[in-house]
Amino acid sequence: MTDFGAAISTAFALVAHLDRDLSEVVLLSLKVSISAVLIASVIGLPIGAALALFRFPGRTIFIVVLNAFMGLPPVVIGLIVYLLLSRAGPFGVFGLLFTPTAMIIAQVLLITPLIAALARQVMETLWLEYEEQLRSLGTTPLRALGALLWDGRFSLMTAVLAGFGRAIAEVGAVMIVGGNIDHVTRVMTTSIALEVSKGNLALALGLGIILVVLSVLVNGMVYFLRGNQRQGGTL
Amino acid sequence: MIQADAPTILPLELKDVSLQAGQHRLIKDVSCTLDAKDVTIIIGPNGAGKSLLLRLCHGLLTPSAGAIHWHGANGRDPSLYQAMVFQRPVMLRRSVRANIDFALSLRKVPRRLRHNLIEEALHRAGLNRFAKTPARVLSFGEQQRLALARSWALRPQILFLDEPTASIDPAATHVIEEVIMAMRKEGTKIVMCTHDLGQARRLADEVIFLHRGRILEKSGAAEFFAGPKNDLAQAFLRGELLWWHRRELTPP
Ligand SMILES: Nc1ncnc2c1ncn2[C@@H]1O[C@H](COP(=O)(O)OP(=O)(O)OP(=O)(O)O)[C@@H](O)[C@H]1O
Ligand SMILES: [Mg+2]
Repeated sequence: MTDFGAAISTAFALVAHLDRDLSEVVLLSLKVSISAVLIASVIGLPIGAALALFRFPGRTIFIVVLNAFMGLPPVVIGLIVYLLLSRAGPFGVFGLLFTPTAMIIAQVLLITPLIAALARQVMETLWLEYEEQLRSLGTTPLRALGALLWDGRFSLMTAVLAGFGRAIAEVGAVMIVGGNIDHVTRVMTTSIALEVSKGNLALALGLGIILVVLSVLVNGMVYFLRGNQRQGGTL
Repeated sequence: MIQADAPTILPLELKDVSLQAGQHRLIKDVSCTLDAKDVTIIIGPNGAGKSLLLRLCHGLLTPSAGAIHWHGANGRDPSLYQAMVFQRPVMLRRSVRANIDFALSLRKVPRRLRHNLIEEALHRAGLNRFAKTPARVLSFGEQQRLALARSWALRPQILFLDEPTASIDPAATHVIEEVIMAMRKEGTKIVMCTHDLGQARRLADEVIFLHRGRILEKSGAAEFFAGPKNDLAQAFLRGELLWWHRRELTPP
């Protein structure tokens, strides 16, 4: 118990003093996950919107695959990316394995389906409401898409934040493709796993605290956006 | 942008128009012509197909059989000259002003002309003070007035209205009727369904009585309200058209 108490106080001290190792790990985590979320949003949001608005051959299969990917365990995605990027793999020549880029790729694969699926739900609900009115006003498909993305912006932001939450909290995939190399590919979740196994509870706890704070922040933002939307969402 | 003096796309002719959903024929062999002028009011019991008929005319639904023809269109896209106000208003998640602006931009009205059109439409509908308010915080009645203002701004040649004053208070109903009559005066053809027979008497130049997907009577308003020829229409006007009476009322 005293061990635990000491670990907690050291953890808070580490966080409070912005320990160098700790902040390096946190910054890399943020860099990787924010990059992943930006890329995944650019890919996922239009896919979600298009799936909601347009009927095209293969749409149903696409949705099934998308939903299946959403439920895929992160380690499996890590394995797939590992195989693709390893020396013998099709993209081996780029030498990306065990770099932050590989981690970004894995996280993009992990959260794009999530963001696309959530965006589709948001867009479908909106389109159900808007379709007749927009068609009556004489919209083009592109203008309809733009109007839906804009009017659904708050709900879409929550989809993006959900993606960020999943990316930053994930450990299996980045462990496999990043390799958890000190000063290179060590992020918060992989260090926690490592430090716990080494018995260094203080650092692990410090990182845990930061993860919890981040999670609270993200969920607070989601809550705030929802509230804002309910009030009608000013221009 | 539609010129105010563009030749009219009317008359609108429906030739044996039917609409089928699965086994059910919801609109049955409807043929009629709507002329460029005046107010045509469609009345009939719930489920008669009034909303469907408006959607067919407006082009939101495609008939399963038959044809819809805009005789004045001459190759122009008729949808650019129409507008519709729905039974329940649909507002974008933007300000009142932005809602009208969006509609104008879809019709390619140049930006410099939009300001005046928006101001005028808001003024007409008594919504000036809401210009910057998010449209969706307006009350139902205010939103319906906004829907009408948005249609007004588009200066359509024909306006379809689907029970625009259902669940609206008398004062707002009065405003809506005034806007409708002002549009009529400026040459917009009005096609509207309503359950408010008083309103039908006030506005109609022509009445269509729809029952179970068929037009049973189409006549001038004075003539119709003096006494419809169709016995179901007579019963409807007397408030006696009940579904369990239908068998006895249907002519053999
Ligand atoms: N998509 C659909 N599929 C099947 N049936 C439909 C569909 N849309 C409407 N109907 C049916 O068609 C009939 C006519 O509907 P419509 O909405 O035109 O009635 P209405 O005359 O406008 O009635 P109300 O006065 O209640 O508005 C109704 O019986 C309705 O159940
Ligand atoms: Mg109706």
